[in-house]
Amino acid sequence: MKLLEKFQNSRNALGWAFMLPATVLLLLFLTYPLGLGTWLGFTDAKIGRDGEWIGVENFSFLVTDSVTQLALFNTLFYTFVASVLKFGLGLWLALLLNKNLPFQSFFRAVVLLPWIVPTALSAIAFWWLYDAQFSVISWALMKMGLIDRYIDFLGDPWNARFSTIVANVWRGIPFVAISLLAGLQTISPSYYEASAIDGATPWQQFRHITLPLLTPIIAVVMTFSVLFTFTDFQLIYVLTRGGPLNATHLMATLAFQRAISGGALGEGAAIATLMVPFLLAAIMFSYFGLQRRAWQQGGDK
Amino acid sequence: MTEFNRRKFLEGSAGIAAAASFGAGAAVWAPAVHAQTLSLKPEKGAKLRVLRWSRFVQGDIDAYMVNVKKFTEKTGIEVRVDNEGWEDVRPKAAVAANTGAGPDIILSTNDDANLYPDKLLDVTDVCEYLGKKYGGWYPACQTYLRPDGKKWIGVPLGAAGAMMVYRQSHLKAAGFDVFPKDTDGFLKMLQALKAKGTPGGFALGNATGDGLWTNWLIWSHGGQLVDTRNKVVIDSPETIKALEYAKAMYATFAPGTLSWLDPNNNKAFLDSQVSVTNNGISIYYASKTSQDPKVTALKEDIQHASYPIGPVGVPTESHLFFNQMVMKHTKFPNAAKEFLRFMMEQEQFDPWLTGCGGYISQPLVAYEKTAIWTVDPKHTPYRDALKNLRPAGYAGKLGYASAGAGADFIVTNMVAEAASGAKSPKEAAERAQKRAERYYKV
Repeated sequence: MKLLEKFQNSRNALGWAFMLPATVLLLLFLTYPLGLGTWLGFTDAKIGRDGEWIGVENFSFLVTDSVTQLALFNTLFYTFVASVLKFGLGLWLALLLNKNLPFQSFFRAVVLLPWIVPTALSAIAFWWLYDAQFSVISWALMKMGLIDRYIDFLGDPWNARFSTIVANVWRGIPFVAISLLAGLQTISPSYYEASAIDGATPWQQFRHITLPLLTPIIAVVMTFSVLFTFTDFQLIYVLTRGGPLNATHLMATLAFQRAISGGALGEGAAIATLMVPFLLAAIMFSYFGLQRRAWQQGGDK
Repeated sequence: MTEFNRRKFLEGSAGIAAAASFGAGAAVWAPAVHAQTLSLKPEKGAKLRVLRWSRFVQGDIDAYMVNVKKFTEKTGIEVRVDNEGWEDVRPKAAVAANTGAGPDIILSTNDDANLYPDKLLDVTDVCEYLGKKYGGWYPACQTYLRPDGKKWIGVPLGAAGAMMVYRQSHLKAAGFDVFPKDTDGFLKMLQALKAKGTPGGFALGNATGDGLWTNWLIWSHGGQLVDTRNKVVIDSPETIKALEYAKAMYATFAPGTLSWLDPNNNKAFLDSQVSVTNNGISIYYASKTSQDPKVTALKEDIQHASYPIGPVGVPTESHLFFNQMVMKHTKFPNAAKEFLRFMMEQEQFDPWLTGCGGYISQPLVAYEKTAIWTVDPKHTPYRDALKNLRPAGYAGKLGYASAGAGADFIVTNMVAEAASGAKSPKEAAERAQKRAERYYKV
């Protein structure tokens, strides 16, 4: 009993005890799989067959592999364009929703819909919209006499890239918009009142009040948005499976194709591992975004 | 008949049952079926777990489960059947094989058995028995499941054939009474169809099943991914010729084929947007069962044909192959083998093929006589799918390399690149050569 009492009174021991479950969860479900995945990237493991350590052979092949190079380009392009669009449109939507509108809560709820629908389902809807034979978009434009043949949304490499980006943006905007809206609501109205008295234009208010105060939220939201986009899988898998001519293969879909369908677990893991530096870069970017905020507030960091 | 004598004294209930049922069988089977004996004594208290790909047509699983029930009634062996999408069976089977746990019997696809042959039970006795009884196995079955020419590592089940599906009236309008038998005529037909505004269309996206026509195309012109010693030889004059042919074909296609995945050609065909494509019997099946009068109206006009034969002069078809593997880790090897034997016997296999409605082609010659192939003349071309099949790793040995190269769409991508003009035929072939060499590296 004495021991138990002593334990209960020891801040250190209790602290460790309380942290234990979280630590175990982190180690078991995050560190271990990540470590295993990275390790597999350095082996020639096949599905169900243990691999031999082969050093950086997978990586040295992948950097020369034209399909992997294309997938890397696609991923960076996809992430960059989609993220910029999601940020611009999401911020715009957030600013609109922050105004006093009739049915305010209704609109705020409805905006979330694309985010709520499972990606695989919305992807199937887009698949029909983009279908080479049955696209309702092409059909409508034809009826209006604006085009004379169906648009090959997913059959032309660049069309396919932009089509998948549009689908991703549609799905990603609500997350950005709602998160930024939450950020906007934390900004005290007194700043706007004061600046209005000083004669600031709406643009000046946005530039010198809204944007600086929103920066920390933007940093966090865009980090997540970039991570989600960079690792996108479902949308591509349903719409194109990486085609046409591998023009929409992302790192994640290529990793799956090589590792699971093709059985080359080691190589697939190596492709997945290649994504890590880019993801780290995105996190660092956000970290420094946060730093800037501290400096702006005159904090001691 | 030394085989017969050696086994004669082992003769047991199974053999007698088979012989007895043979006697009761329909007369149509009499000339094709040769009485054989095989005695497999299932272990006491045996229970089996079967993992199979989930049905493409409802009739398949219905007939399969009837047979399973019959087996349980006859032997008292409980059989549990799990279904998974066919593309998901592959990774699961590999894990089961290598961890030594999981289902006793796995029905899987293509070259799966060649990935872990030493983890599979030797089923030579069952295969020899069935082969002798039912007129022999088709050559492709042997390539897949008897890689060393002696030992069987799995029992062939069949193949899901993809054939030429076309609109008879459109062909007539374009000046063709019958479907061309060779690639020259085929191209002329495609061009004529295009000129009439009723083009054909073949999937050039990353379509796992319907993209297989690209294998036919390369082989029909004499190209191949690897030679018999697994040396990559795709960058060859024959391949270039095939790719030039593909370019001419593509010029006649309906728009958007580069984006086509497996379902696209079905949809386009049933909407009368293409008048010829490659597909399983599912388009015809849909026209028979659909509620949409526009689709059922097509029923009479839909026709099937074998793939045209190219300059090589022999059929070079590529279809989805199905195997049945008994895992070495099973506790009931005899029960498992007996199960497969039972399912492959005419009393069970014939109704199952019928249930599949022409979707699956048989691996054993005698089943060419199954009524499903003649009950509707439109079924007939699908009969020979496995007979004319070449494994996707042709002409090399099957294994991780052939599986990986297939899953990575190397040939499909090459044909798509050259056909669409994104790359010259030579560039496309060189790229495919480089990509394939990675998989076939020693």
